[in-house]
Parts: sequence; structure tokens; C-alpha cells
Amino acid sequence: MKNHVLRPLFAAMALVALILTARAIMVPPDFGVHGKSFTYNFYRAGAVSDWKNFPVSYKGSTYCVECHNENAESIAASKHRVIQCENCHGPARNHPEDPETLTINRSRDLCLRCHAALPYPGSLRSELPAIDPAEHNPGEACVECHNPHNPNLEDME
Amino acid sequence: MKCSRRSFLKKGLGSAVAASLPLSSFKFLSPAEARAAVGDPAVRWGFLVNTYKCVGCGMCVKACKKENGVPYDLPITRTWVERYVITSDGEDHIDSPAGGRDGYTSPKIEGKDIPAEEITKAFFVPKLCNQCANPACVQVCPVGATFQTEDGVVLIDRTWCIGCGYCIMACPYGVRFFHPVYKVADKCTFCYHRITKGMKSACVQACPFGARQIGNLKDPDDPVTKAILTERVAVLKDEYGTKPQVFYIGLDENVR
Repeated sequence: MKNHVLRPLFAAMALVALILTARAIMVPPDFGVHGKSFTYNFYRAGAVSDWKNFPVSYKGSTYCVECHNENAESIAASKHRVIQCENCHGPARNHPEDPETLTINRSRDLCLRCHAALPYPGSLRSELPAIDPAEHNPGEACVECHNPHNPNLEDME
Repeated sequence: MKCSRRSFLKKGLGSAVAASLPLSSFKFLSPAEARAAVGDPAVRWGFLVNTYKCVGCGMCVKACKKENGVPYDLPITRTWVERYVITSDGEDHIDSPAGGRDGYTSPKIEGKDIPAEEITKAFFVPKLCNQCANPACVQVCPVGATFQTEDGVVLIDRTWCIGCGYCIMACPYGVRFFHPVYKVADKCTFCYHRITKGMKSACVQACPFGARQIGNLKDPDDPVTKAILTERVAVLKDEYGTKPQVFYIGLDENVR
């Protein structure tokens, strides 16, 4: 066959070879099918361990109790025992090293998340003890009267 | 045999290029090879939401944003809580201000006062990534940056995502968004860094009422698996065929 016929074919072959070589260099070696299907499981295996190594911020109440046992006991008798420490005290992260102290959220808005009255039949919300924020000591911080670890006023006497 | 200098150089150069090509660059995956690489994973993460128990406090949304480094004050979130109020005239009133991050403290919905006596039913519905068995978002990714792990969680490779946004468009549940810090697509991971360490997802842990639960669907003794097997559960947008793995107790026809 004549040279000018084959030349574009060689050029095309060279281009394919170039692309394949570039792919081999650029795609990480752990890229491949790691699962049942090419459609859903074609990925870089290292990405899974990347996500596993993401830092944990909320350590959970069991972590807090290790040192703050007296606070855990004070809340155990109250209905607020179902609330995680970190919901009000903020994420522990690497406390006590970093941060050294946690900032407690003492705002009225925090309490109102559950205790602002909403007349919603069929939802657990309507069964919680509730107040109308516009009428129940408006503007006051709830913690002025209620102890968040034992919010029942009769128990405080 | 005749061999001019020109043809010698040409052929020599050609063979040098051919010899330098790594053989692996010509390798294509065969389906059999792919199948052989798979074991039978013992874990399949699933999620159970009980809408009767949700009080709309939004602690889950707050915990999720702080745990996963989602910018707190931007209108993006990996999980959110929707409020549905159905009145006696058949109207539905739906809202989710800031994804329910600050909880629901006012009966007003988008500025409207709805009298209590007109409400026939009202409830909160937490939403998050459904970690579908057939994820549409993964199917459309042009670069293989999003994928399904062996234990069924759909993740995004932040080093590989090009931020094209196809997956954000493809998700029927709208759980994906563009992460303004990392400039990639982002979504709920079921807190993969926590569940693989034996912890609960941040939202599950933060929920005081047990409205959110996570478990291993392959373990018949797992409380979540038991509840899904024995109770009346539903999934969102079943008609899309994505096979979502977030199951809801008490789902209503008004929920979209």
C-alpha cells in the first residue's frame, strides 16, 4: 500500500498510544473497580480511607463522663438525660487539649427549639412541656430560673 | 537488503516509542475480572427515620454542619428538617428555614399565621442522603469521582471531583450541593468517619428522641434491620428506581 494512505493510520495509532500512556501516568494506581459494578464502583480506593480519616468532632456523652462524672449524675435523674452533653456544651473535638474550654450555649433560643409551643397533632412536639415564648417571661434567659440539668422548678426548692 | 539512513532512523524511533509504552496502558477491565475482585461485604449501612418522634429541634442539622465542616451560615446543608402542616381545607404548608438548623420555634410558616384549630395534622420530616442502591448521582459522574463503597455508602473523592455539578442535577432528592470551600460536590456520608469507628452518625447521636437511627441492614439482629423488617416503612420517591436505603416510619403522601 502506498505510504500516503498508511500515514494517517500511523498518526492515529501514535495518538492512541500517547493518550493511553498519559492515562497510565496520570490515573492513580489504586483507581479501578472495587465492587460489583463498573457503573457504581469505579473509583480511587484511597478515597475511602481519606473519608475514614476525617476528624471526629462530637465525641458523645460517654467521652464527657470519663472526667465530668458529677455533671453526668446531676442530669441522670432529669428528663434531660436524653440530651447529649455536646448539644448544649458544643463539640468536644480534642478537649481538654484543644479547645481547653467549651463555650456553653445558655441562650433562650436553645431551649425554645423544643419548648416553644407548637400545636401539631400526631407529632411528639405537641407532647413536650411547652410555653408561648411571647408570654412566658419574654426576653429572659431560661437558665435564670431553670437548671438545665434538672429543669423542674419544684425539684430545685 | 537496502536500508537508507532515513528509514533506519524512522524505524528506530518508532520501535523506541513502542518499546517505551507500558503494557498496562493497554489493559481494559473485563467484567469477569471486576466480579472476581468482589467479596461479599458483611455490612450495608441503612437509616431509619421515625417522623412521629421528630420534634423539629434541629439539633441534628446543627451537629451535622459542625461535625462535617459545612459552612454554618451558608444556605447549604447535608441534612435538613422539613415542616409539614396540613390544614382542614386540604392545603399543605411546608417550610424549612435554614434547613431547620435553628429549630422550629414559631408557628408561623413563611410569615403566615395558621390557627391551631385549622390544623388537621402536622409533623417534621428529617431528610438526608438516601445512599441509594442504584445511585443516579454516581451513574452520571464523568470522571469516577463519586462512588459506592462496599458497605453501601456513596462518597465523593475530593481530590478527583472536577466540580461539574452533573451529580447535583441528577439526584432526585436534592441532597447534593457545591461545597464553596473545597470547590467540589458534597453530600451526606452517613458520617463515614464515625460509623466505620463504631460510633453513630453525628445527627443520630445528637437526636434526643431517637427519631434518627443508623444500622447494618445485613445484620438481622440490628434494631434498625428489625424495625424495617417488622414495621410499616416507606422510602422517598420509590418510583425513580434508585432503591433508597433511608426508611421512614410515618411517611405521609404530602411529603415530597
